[in-house]
Amino acid sequence: MEQLPKWADLVVVPLVGLIMAFVLSMLMVLVTGHDPIQALKLMVSGALGSTYGWGYTLYYATNFIFTGLAVAVAFHASLFNIGGEGQAAIGGLGVALVCLFIPWPHWTIALLAASASAAVFGALWALIPAYLQAKRGSHIVITTIMFNFIAASLLNYVLVNQLRPRGSMDPATAKFPEATHLPSLGDMLGAVGIPFAKGTPANVSLFVALAACVFVYYLIWRTRLGYQLRAFGKSQPAAVYAGINPVKITIITMMISGALAGLMAINNVMGEAERLILGSVEGAGFIGIAVALMGRSHPIGILFAALLFGALYQGGAELGLWTSIPRELVIVIQALVILFTGALDNMVRLMVAKVLIRPKRAEA
Amino acid sequence: MTIMQKFLGASAAIALSAGAALADPAIIFDLGGKFDKSFNEAAYNGATRWAEETGNSFAEVELQSDAQREQALRRFAEAGSNPIVMAGFAFGNALGEVAGDYPDTSFVIIDMVVDAPNVRSVVFNEHEGSYLVGYMAAQTSKTNTVGFIGGMDIPLIRKFACGYAQGAKAANPDTTVISNMTGTTGAAWNDPVKGGELTRAQISQGADVVYAAAGGTGIGVLQTAADEGILSIGVDSNQNYLHPGKVLTSMQKRVDNAVYNAMMDGPGLETGLLVMGLGNDGVGYTLDEHNEALISDEMKATVDAVAEKIVAGEIEVHDYMSDETCPSLTF
Repeated sequence: MEQLPKWADLVVVPLVGLIMAFVLSMLMVLVTGHDPIQALKLMVSGALGSTYGWGYTLYYATNFIFTGLAVAVAFHASLFNIGGEGQAAIGGLGVALVCLFIPWPHWTIALLAASASAAVFGALWALIPAYLQAKRGSHIVITTIMFNFIAASLLNYVLVNQLRPRGSMDPATAKFPEATHLPSLGDMLGAVGIPFAKGTPANVSLFVALAACVFVYYLIWRTRLGYQLRAFGKSQPAAVYAGINPVKITIITMMISGALAGLMAINNVMGEAERLILGSVEGAGFIGIAVALMGRSHPIGILFAALLFGALYQGGAELGLWTSIPRELVIVIQALVILFTGALDNMVRLMVAKVLIRPKRAEA
Repeated sequence: MTIMQKFLGASAAIALSAGAALADPAIIFDLGGKFDKSFNEAAYNGATRWAEETGNSFAEVELQSDAQREQALRRFAEAGSNPIVMAGFAFGNALGEVAGDYPDTSFVIIDMVVDAPNVRSVVFNEHEGSYLVGYMAAQTSKTNTVGFIGGMDIPLIRKFACGYAQGAKAANPDTTVISNMTGTTGAAWNDPVKGGELTRAQISQGADVVYAAAGGTGIGVLQTAADEGILSIGVDSNQNYLHPGKVLTSMQKRVDNAVYNAMMDGPGLETGLLVMGLGNDGVGYTLDEHNEALISDEMKATVDAVAEKIVAGEIEVHDYMSDETCPSLTF
């Protein structure tokens, strides 16, 4: 098969997949007896039609950028980290401990410390599966997914028995002190004169996520470690022959991946909930896999894929609020997008290739 | 502020096109979803009963994410829904922040106390109802062993378990109470297979009555108990009909009444703390045609006498939440 031009691979293929997913979704909405055009309008305008919608879309997108990057870094080394869920949950614990027990004078310092703590906690949670993979050959897919359950149980224990304020029914920590509250995007843009809906959860963590994108780009394509990591991912025996230590690369890659997943906690735990609740990650660790697949494991692709999934989440919420379309159907729509842009990617690519490459041959 | 105006216009148009008339009540279901055959469904039934009796409609939403709590509250309040009912303690924080911004809207929260002038907080004395069914379980048990299967291991479920154990030991001090929790994540509310396995494990330890306080997981508990020929006790809704003659009784928590009453009272409803216990039919055991053969007149008389003593304050049922300890059961 001839190679698709790069622009087609990066833009046309995901776009065609997306359109197919939406057409199918709208058919499903029609079958269940709702108006698909109105549903689509509501989803798009609800997610992107107002600064209020953007406030939520960007909040969800921030989560997905972190977890998407986490999965992507591991992908480059041919490691499949599906433990983002657990690493982000443990990252949340790191954020909570730092915010609750250290009196911070200002949010900027608290954010730095919480980021560091979230990253360290996430990285340590990824370290154990990484060690088992590198030294014992236990498959990383199995160990990371099992560590998700261990993380959930650990958090449950810590929240119910240790961090929960006495007499509270909710398995959650107390509210973090005022000084650790991060400014929301509304506050920040309002301060420079741009009107942006207040009371939306998007916050300063978005900029940390963007910085993480830049960091990952430089790490993968501009550093010696990144080169080793990619070489290891392409061919392990060749990498070993070239003098790359497979144990070291596996462990370092997984720790970076875990740190990125853990960093997500500054957005959802510190920025939005301002306390650690049970189940705070809400599947973002798994969505990160779809985001990384769709974004071709490239930071820019991940940025756009995360925005798309953020918009789907917020658009889905608007559907739930204003129509009687059941919540399950909203999940179906999200799943179809994942199916077409992630899993059926090759099918779409073949179709696009037929259309784009054949006319050229005819000319020749 | 043109953007803001556009946004307000858009949301108003959306509200109208979706057919939500203003001043209708709204109900927000927690992450478990409204058809859980248990807590949320009871709330949904209360709202539907109100809609059928009055011919009015209500707005509703099932949440998918914790971040949507505040969002749903604000959007409904801005769209003019009144009163806004939310089912679940997890709304406590969000409501605490939102209630003050909409002083003309009445909010009702179930299972949690939020102190604000426009909020009615409805809490249930689940430990009292659990005490009663524990009492009945111990009276019925021939092996002097009764079981408890909880959903997720959270304080609320320990409150159920603690009342149950105290009731069982009050009826018969020699009773052994076996207690298991299904899990530590939200999935524990909806894992009937594991519920069935735990039931089998408790049967092998001698239990012949099991009480399930586990949401959808309880369906598996009741099923296995019926299959294995022992008795079970349902929770929240009246679950006696699921396996007639095999379910001893159900500890009913009248969430439906709480929602129904709130919607009946309408905007400007009486706010403050509302405790629903044995005294005002907030909790209790159920007796209907499906389980009347299991409960003798003598047993009913004893249990009703116990209930009266609890209401009168002669029997004090320990509330796990008051000091987070349980004298009759260790977890």
